[in-house]
Amino acid sequence: MSELRPLRKMALTGDEAVAYAAKQADVDVVAAYPITPQTIIVERLSRYVADGELNAAFIQAESEHSALSICIGAALAGARTFTSTASQGLALMHEVLHIASSMRTPIVMAIANRALNSPLNIHCDHSDVMNARDTGWIHLFANNVQQAYDLTLMAFKIAEDPDLLLPVSVNMDGFILTHSVEPLEILSDEEVRQYIPHIPYPYRIDFDRPLAYGVMALPDTYMEFRKQLFEVTRKAPQVFRKASNIFSAISGRSYDLLTPYFVEDADVIVIALGSTIETLRYAARRFRERRLKIGVVGLTMYRPFPEKEIVDVLENARCIAVLDRAYSYGGVGGPLYTDILSTLYKNQIGVMIADFVYGLGGRDLKLTDIEQLFNKLFKSLEVGRFDQDIYWWGVKDD
Amino acid sequence: MIEIRWHGRGGQGVVTVSDILARSAVLEGKYAQHFPEFGPERSGAPVKAFTRISDEPIEIHSGIYNPDVVIIIDRGMSQRFQPYIDGLKGNGMVFLNLGDDASHIDRSTLPPAAKVYTVDARKISVEEIGRPIFNIPMLGGLVRVLKMPTLNIVEEVLSGRFSGELVEANIKILRRAYNEVKNLG
Amino acid sequence: MVDIDVKKIVAGEFSWKTLPPAGMIEIPTSIEYKTGTWRIEKPVIDQSKCTKCLICWIYCPDMSIKRMFDGGVEVDYEFCKGCGICAEVCPQKAIKMVEE
Repeated sequence: MSELRPLRKMALTGDEAVAYAAKQADVDVVAAYPITPQTIIVERLSRYVADGELNAAFIQAESEHSALSICIGAALAGARTFTSTASQGLALMHEVLHIASSMRTPIVMAIANRALNSPLNIHCDHSDVMNARDTGWIHLFANNVQQAYDLTLMAFKIAEDPDLLLPVSVNMDGFILTHSVEPLEILSDEEVRQYIPHIPYPYRIDFDRPLAYGVMALPDTYMEFRKQLFEVTRKAPQVFRKASNIFSAISGRSYDLLTPYFVEDADVIVIALGSTIETLRYAARRFRERRLKIGVVGLTMYRPFPEKEIVDVLENARCIAVLDRAYSYGGVGGPLYTDILSTLYKNQIGVMIADFVYGLGGRDLKLTDIEQLFNKLFKSLEVGRFDQDIYWWGVKDD
Repeated sequence: MIEIRWHGRGGQGVVTVSDILARSAVLEGKYAQHFPEFGPERSGAPVKAFTRISDEPIEIHSGIYNPDVVIIIDRGMSQRFQPYIDGLKGNGMVFLNLGDDASHIDRSTLPPAAKVYTVDARKISVEEIGRPIFNIPMLGGLVRVLKMPTLNIVEEVLSGRFSGELVEANIKILRRAYNEVKNLG
Repeated sequence: MVDIDVKKIVAGEFSWKTLPPAGMIEIPTSIEYKTGTWRIEKPVIDQSKCTKCLICWIYCPDMSIKRMFDGGVEVDYEFCKGCGICAEVCPQKAIKMVEE
């Protein structure tokens, strides 16, 4: 099927690509508040609405807290709902994030990952979404602009699946992807319609069948509702795969929860999120030319955490480096590191592992930084241990 | 893969011209990547932008530290280009916005095999459209030397990017710079 | 959608599987709660003084003042909790709180 399709190649920035996907998804309501580096997404969407290319209610709220609250109301009314934010904006949404997932509203949100204050910084890191990781949202990560477009379309399919009905975030690295022009292949409007037809939200507000929304639950029922959320999020991996299979049949591009690269025979495996994955792959290929076997694992789905799949790729690893673009201050390590540690322990896998905190506030992870990192890993493997558990990679030190 | 680093000042269209080059290269069937370096966004402050063009998909998502091409849009920065050629490859190219003053440039810090090209962007734009625009003339010179993307494709992208008489104006200065770029060796 | 048995939920017979998602329950469960048993005093309307102004109907926090076909009002004693707001706001002093 994909061979017969005419190629529709475009060059777009990550922000433009996500806005284009939301337009093709024919969203009914967009409620947002501008914040760099996400602003171009909603700017584009407001233009599509103003030019009559998209029939949607575009609502500029007075804050991100209100924007997401509006999205919840719209989603309950049965509207296909989209928003996007970053950094402080996501932080301001925080209490509403929990409400969106526990009220089972299939909202799609793009997050242009950006550092948190202070000091003020508008550049990329993952501190914003890591604060939101325990909110019951499905969190997806794009490695490039094509993936940002594809995952936005898939996010609607996943969020609106009647077995799931949960909000989904699509994360892309601020500036590195949001403001990068890259080539991508797009679907036709008709293909998108086929892929994500508007299906009625099963609990939509309906005067002929009134439901109770946002109920209060006392100690005798609250825990049962939370157990429901626990159970339903566990269905997300299979819903993701279903959404991916259909997407692959239409687009020819397929996605899995993880992107293992050269892991089968790797002596050292590096795990990360976002745009860094592709730079790591490029560097890993160069190391393989010198017979140094590095494997790279990216997580397309970060929440729920693809525990089983992680075990499958790490089972036989001899040395693991986790790259964290955020830190859990006062905690055991960076958020991804902590997740991997728990997964390994639960599955009785004892292997040398360390956390590498990098790229905070947009600090570029240069190829030379990666080469030094890889060299460090091989040296540590040789002596059989890391000399630290948490490295701050690329920080100026004396 | 060819890696290009653009230098100029805020307001001179540094980011725009890198963006236009990447979009043109993609339209020509190549893989390309453009990304700006966002410092303080003030008019007049030094600004960088980066373009990668390749026949293969581009995976690297970090900055360009060893460019094949350094292209300086600002005239003053072109006259004192030394700080901006940092990391230039040994056989790299430098594009400067200079006219007759190009003869006195100090080549001592350039790698010996590097080539210097000049475009008199000020003269071209003032003569053709009556006001100084530097970014599009520099692009005209660059695509002539790189032999891609074709002028037709760049013009198509310019037509989508600008509207009204700005399209014609930009195409005029693009073409003239394409014809007048000088190879100083 | 899950088939919900409201009576069982009210009776405390449920698990996380039988509760509606996020508590989005179809049948208004408040009908099952006969809050009229909570009263200590009940409002009694002197219909001869009532001007059908409906101020009590507006103020009642439990929708326990019923509008009748003649435009007047009656108290729904199945649900009235006896809070006394109706007696307080009645401009004609037509409602009195009487011990149960």
